[in-house]
Amino acid sequence: MLLYSQPLELTKLVHSLDAFFRSSLSPFWATLVEGILIGIAILAAYALIALALIYIERKIAAFFQSRLGPNRLGKYGVIQSIADMIKILIKEIIHVNKIDKLLYYLAPFFVIVASVLSFGAIPFGQSLQAVDFNIGVFYVLAVSSIGVIGILLAGWSSNNKYSMIGAMRSGAQFISYELSAGFSLMTIVVLSGTMQFSELIEGQRYCWNLFNGHIPAFIAFVIFLISGHAETNRGPFDLPEAESELTAGYHTEYSGLRFGFFYLAEYLNMFIIAAIATTVFLGGWMPIQIKGWDAFNQVMWYIPSWIWFFGKAFVLMFLSLWVRWSFPRLRIDLLLNLEWKYLLPINLVNILVMVIIVLSGLTLADIFPAVFGK
Amino acid sequence: MKDIKQIIQDIASDALIEEKQKLTVTVEPKQARPLIEGLRNNKELPFDYLISLIGMDWGEKLGVIYQLSSSIDLTHEVVIITATTDRDNPLLYSVSDLYETAHLNEREVYALFGIRFINNPDMRRFLLDDDWKGFPFRKDYDENPDLNPVNVISKEIVDIAPQIIETADGNLVEREVPIFGENDYIINIGPQHPSTHGVMHFRTSLDGEIVKKIDVHSGYIHRGIEKLCESMTYPQILHFTDRLDYLSANINRHGLCMCIEKAGEIEVPQRAEYIRTIMDELQRVSSHLLAWACQCNDLGATTAFVYGMREREHVLDIFDKTCGGRLIINQNVVGGVMFDIYKDFQKDVKAFIPYMRQRLVEYDEFFSHNAIALGRMVNIGHLTKEQAISYGVTGPAGRASGWSCDIRKYKPYSLYDKVEFKEIIRTEGDSYARYLNRLDEIEQSLRIIEQLIDNIPEGDICGKVKAVLRLPEGQFFQSVETGKGEFGVFIESHGDKSPYRVKLRSPSLSAVSVMPLTARGALLSDLIGIAGSLDFVIPDIDR
Repeated sequence: MLLYSQPLELTKLVHSLDAFFRSSLSPFWATLVEGILIGIAILAAYALIALALIYIERKIAAFFQSRLGPNRLGKYGVIQSIADMIKILIKEIIHVNKIDKLLYYLAPFFVIVASVLSFGAIPFGQSLQAVDFNIGVFYVLAVSSIGVIGILLAGWSSNNKYSMIGAMRSGAQFISYELSAGFSLMTIVVLSGTMQFSELIEGQRYCWNLFNGHIPAFIAFVIFLISGHAETNRGPFDLPEAESELTAGYHTEYSGLRFGFFYLAEYLNMFIIAAIATTVFLGGWMPIQIKGWDAFNQVMWYIPSWIWFFGKAFVLMFLSLWVRWSFPRLRIDLLLNLEWKYLLPINLVNILVMVIIVLSGLTLADIFPAVFGK
Repeated sequence: MKDIKQIIQDIASDALIEEKQKLTVTVEPKQARPLIEGLRNNKELPFDYLISLIGMDWGEKLGVIYQLSSSIDLTHEVVIITATTDRDNPLLYSVSDLYETAHLNEREVYALFGIRFINNPDMRRFLLDDDWKGFPFRKDYDENPDLNPVNVISKEIVDIAPQIIETADGNLVEREVPIFGENDYIINIGPQHPSTHGVMHFRTSLDGEIVKKIDVHSGYIHRGIEKLCESMTYPQILHFTDRLDYLSANINRHGLCMCIEKAGEIEVPQRAEYIRTIMDELQRVSSHLLAWACQCNDLGATTAFVYGMREREHVLDIFDKTCGGRLIINQNVVGGVMFDIYKDFQKDVKAFIPYMRQRLVEYDEFFSHNAIALGRMVNIGHLTKEQAISYGVTGPAGRASGWSCDIRKYKPYSLYDKVEFKEIIRTEGDSYARYLNRLDEIEQSLRIIEQLIDNIPEGDICGKVKAVLRLPEGQFFQSVETGKGEFGVFIESHGDKSPYRVKLRSPSLSAVSVMPLTARGALLSDLIGIAGSLDFVIPDIDR
């Protein structure tokens, strides 16, 4: 079950399960059963990560604000998330009168489906990737855009002027920042030459893309983090749900589990942005390895790949929380200004610079092939 | 003063001029308006600041008292009294074209006394509903609750303003004008809203994200405090001042106590003055901290809000140990203070001062120069000096527009003429100037406390007051500088143990009346930001 050189990796477990199913069932049934098992695993991971994230955010926010955060349920308040989950499941769903029924009921599903679809494409560890598309990056960008439909539907169908305003703001914001996020990911696709996640990660074995592409990659990284925040309505870009202005923006009229969907999707979107940034810029689940230092590499591989992945994603999420709790909110015109007048032009120039660097062989891997080359 | 008397006699020859606590002029209604206009347009000393407009019911007559002052030199004040004997349809001329602050004040007088003002463009009732039966502050008001039952069905809000206009040939014409356009997109901000600092209702017409017009609806927390005071004795009315601007509760109460003490010629011992002043300044620090915290919260920086509250806890602990109350200290009484300071008071306060100074530096590093914060506050909500004077906006907001109006400097009371402090004035008039003003005023308050804390003299804490307190007949005024601006107290006494009329001039009413002006053409987010920077407290507006 365990690889001696890489204990705690789940590669052998996954492969042996796969072999077991393929040998005992016909191909169709084997695929179906595996699909169901993977689906259950992804949904379970979704929920568990959400619970963990909610707790982490509350604790870290509390420490920023010189207070303690949840500390009554369980030691250090760890059971708080579970209590919140139970609470949201049993909350009364308030029936609102004059809403557009079909759109109102449909809206949360768009949001959560978009979120789970992008969640499913993330490589969590070695052989812990559900589907390895050859257009991985493109798929993730496309699928995360479905979420904005849910937000617009929610604002429209709520029959509430404030929700409308929130939804309109969100629509404008999402579409603008989608451009920047896409461009910064394209910069890395230019650098690595592939959109497939597993190849992206393999290519970062000896050098992370962030360092490989030095200046343009770093700029792309910063822009991706900013645009990612804006896309997920987090951080200083949470205008659509600005509590002090619109009470709760587009999800004002939702209660109980329907609100839970919006809430969950927001947290997981923050994780997904961090996960994609990790995969594309910071090497994903690949441990730090140095060419030629085999003993060092062996030691690094002892730490399982999924711990590397979650660790790197956690650092990016901490940055996200830090920014969210420190800065005030951007106004809609400042927000759109930032995108169209600053980020987009910088992005366009950046891609050009990256193309020049790749073509003229100036990436770190090209300059120092002995240390950083594949 | 001689020049002023001369000017008054030139315009209104048969006015009755008396030198009471203030220079008081009594005129007939027909001459009131020309007199006020003349004083307003006077060249050397224009009386362009209307401190308060007080409605009165004198039995046979219904009238108004105007308290005027000059923005150049606040020590000059004139009180103009005018009254009409017509109790069925009392009409007076409006001064809302001379002083913008008169708009809401005259509407309030109409709601409470029934006096209508000719040429006021909007004569709806303020603080009360338009279908209220009777005029509550009149002496012959029928208090039967069946006349005005509580509505259980919600009413449609009708946006129509009645007016009485005097045409060119002297006829009075009554007409109605709509407030908003035909196809305006109108939303209700409030009364339940996370960031209106209370129950404030702004009916706003929007054009996308841009605010076209704001209509202020108040009265959700109107308790009729001024009327309640008329049925209580003087020591019993003190607690009402704590329920107005509760963040400056002690300062408000100080003002009311001073008014009663000066009227009744009651002496306050020095120890009580020291304690009063130190507690006032501590309260000012806590009020400005909360204003800062709430302004940052309105902009979205929740952490700054928690930091402001954290500092406030230190001040509230000191209050708690002195007299048991955190927000409402309940310490001032007529003649002095009720509780003496506790043993470690000086130690605690002296430990707080350097701690607070460190925190001010932290706020500066953390928030005041943040690019996003600057983008949300600089050049937003512009208020010129003339507008501030006309609307009567005093306090840090008025001083941010370049108007030097600190009551502690111009009409010093208590120990303010014996301590050194700077009056913080900025000229930009935007939200950022108001924001910085408050932080700088915290520093000045700390300076004042430093100068007083070690020199508290021994002695009594309360002067001798008769068991049943009666004030002599007359009209008495007093102004104090609260955290929000000038808080004015007016008491008219007919020699009884209860006041005949109490009027409390609210600084927050002036601040909220500026909202339609500053927020026009701004984005919706900026409306919230401007409201946060003007810092009004709703119970102060509604009284």
